[in-house]
Amino acid sequence: MRKHRWLMLLALLIAALAVAGCGDDDDDDGGASSSGGSGEQKAGIQKNDKNSSTKVTIGSKNFTEQKVLGEIYAQALTAAGYDVSKQLNLGDEKTALKALEGGDISAYPEYTGTALLSFFGYTADKLPTDPDEAYDLAKQEFAKKKLTAFEHTPYTNSNEVAVTQETADKYSLKNISDLKPVAGKLTLYGTPECRQRLDCLLGLQKVYGLKFKKFVPVAIDLRHEVLSKGQADVSIVFTTDPQIYEEKFVLLEDDKQMFPPFNSTLVARDDVVQKAGPDFAKAIGMVDKGLTDDVMQELNARVDLDKQSPEDVAGQYLKETGLVG
Amino acid sequence: MDEGGGRAVNDFVDAIGFIFSERDSPAGGTRVGGLGEIWELMWPHLKLSGASLGIACAIAIPLGLWLGHRGRGGFLAINASNVGRAVPSLALIAFFMAYIGVGFTNLTLALVLLALPPVLTNTYTGVRQVDRDAVDSARGMGMTGPQIVRRVELPLALPLIFGGIRTSAVNVVATATIAPLAGVVTLGDPIINVNTYGDEGRLAAAIVVALLAVATEVALGTAQRAVTPRGLKVNRREALT
Repeated sequence: MRKHRWLMLLALLIAALAVAGCGDDDDDDGGASSSGGSGEQKAGIQKNDKNSSTKVTIGSKNFTEQKVLGEIYAQALTAAGYDVSKQLNLGDEKTALKALEGGDISAYPEYTGTALLSFFGYTADKLPTDPDEAYDLAKQEFAKKKLTAFEHTPYTNSNEVAVTQETADKYSLKNISDLKPVAGKLTLYGTPECRQRLDCLLGLQKVYGLKFKKFVPVAIDLRHEVLSKGQADVSIVFTTDPQIYEEKFVLLEDDKQMFPPFNSTLVARDDVVQKAGPDFAKAIGMVDKGLTDDVMQELNARVDLDKQSPEDVAGQYLKETGLVG
Repeated sequence: MDEGGGRAVNDFVDAIGFIFSERDSPAGGTRVGGLGEIWELMWPHLKLSGASLGIACAIAIPLGLWLGHRGRGGFLAINASNVGRAVPSLALIAFFMAYIGVGFTNLTLALVLLALPPVLTNTYTGVRQVDRDAVDSARGMGMTGPQIVRRVELPLALPLIFGGIRTSAVNVVATATIAPLAGVVTLGDPIINVNTYGDEGRLAAAIVVALLAVATEVALGTAQRAVTPRGLKVNRREALT
């Protein structure tokens, strides 16, 4: 586990460099002074005192990743000079959307897949499998509600088919298709929802033609333990679950591109975006660039496994990526 | 206010419709609703509840009778069993998972621990409340300990014992809705998976669970009246008039 955590820290460092790099690109005003390449602070989020008159309330749903994201956006916008408050425990997506449309919050992060499935009536088999297409579609739909969906994060938090290293070696599994000859011998565990979802068990049956020995529904937080304890042969997990690294699970490649993308996008009210001006989008963009699968997993790990607060972890992210000095 | 009331009635009508007619899932890819599915979900629900309640009674009633008859150690046992009720069933399931995995056994165990305390407490209290004179005269007639338990204490304690069983039964039927979180698909499934079953499916399942709890309560009440000693019934009627 130690080794893996170091790898993840490395990933964060790389993300930091990526953010610093793109920060330079966007920085068209201070090019001369930071040309020496030592402009680490210059690459960060710039405070603009004019923004202090704009009030922004950042919301989030009620689980770890959302709370971390909410904190990151809140702290980034504070750094940009906005008057920020937080509402970081809004229940499920429908509650969060209601709060956003009602003006209780100005913005919150939502997953493209969730938005299309839950808000806009798409069924899982109709979802685009390309992250950009899914984002564009969600963006258009949000626009009809007078909401702006900002550019999606690099990371996705989709369903993944996970096995232990041992199982992967035993049946030489790399892709989900490889399960076909052996599925009849394997038990599949997943959330209760999985049983009847097209982007879960139903899809694995229809698209991949997999007939598992048995499907067993379990609570969301038990999906990793059943795998590591050997009760499950195969378990459906989420991409950014920190337990994947901790337990060294193998995620099988979705070679038929069945799982729709669940990239995160910050959704904000149009009126707030207009009032807040260009610094808002700029800060959000800088924050999002560094949020890769590995980084998000590391941040979730710090909260779920190391028991740090989302607030502290968000601060660490902004500091380690050099966005906030 | 009126509008809210109207919406509530509509929601209720939709939920009843879900119980009787099958339709496409709002998430696509499958059909949900209809009596067939409700029955498919209800059968494991009944099996799980029945097994848990049966095992709980098989443990708690003899134990309660014995403790009540001896008149000692009762409070210790009752307090110990109450721990089972104090720990949330979900936590128990997660705890047992490490040893026996998830599934029917795990859930039964968790629900037995939930069902035990009311039955045990009521059985113990029921026996302790039996008139000491009745027990003494039974002993005077030459009855042995086991005979006193079977012929005097148990019949006289029955109304309270049944009260305990009814409390436990309602608890178990309601709590069996968490079973889909631990491997058994019961009537809790539509409550947990609103995206698949829709709001009307969630409400429909809740209604069916509530009806099931009421039916259990009524059935046990009838059984209770059937087994109550005639002498006790007469007494109660006289006391009322």
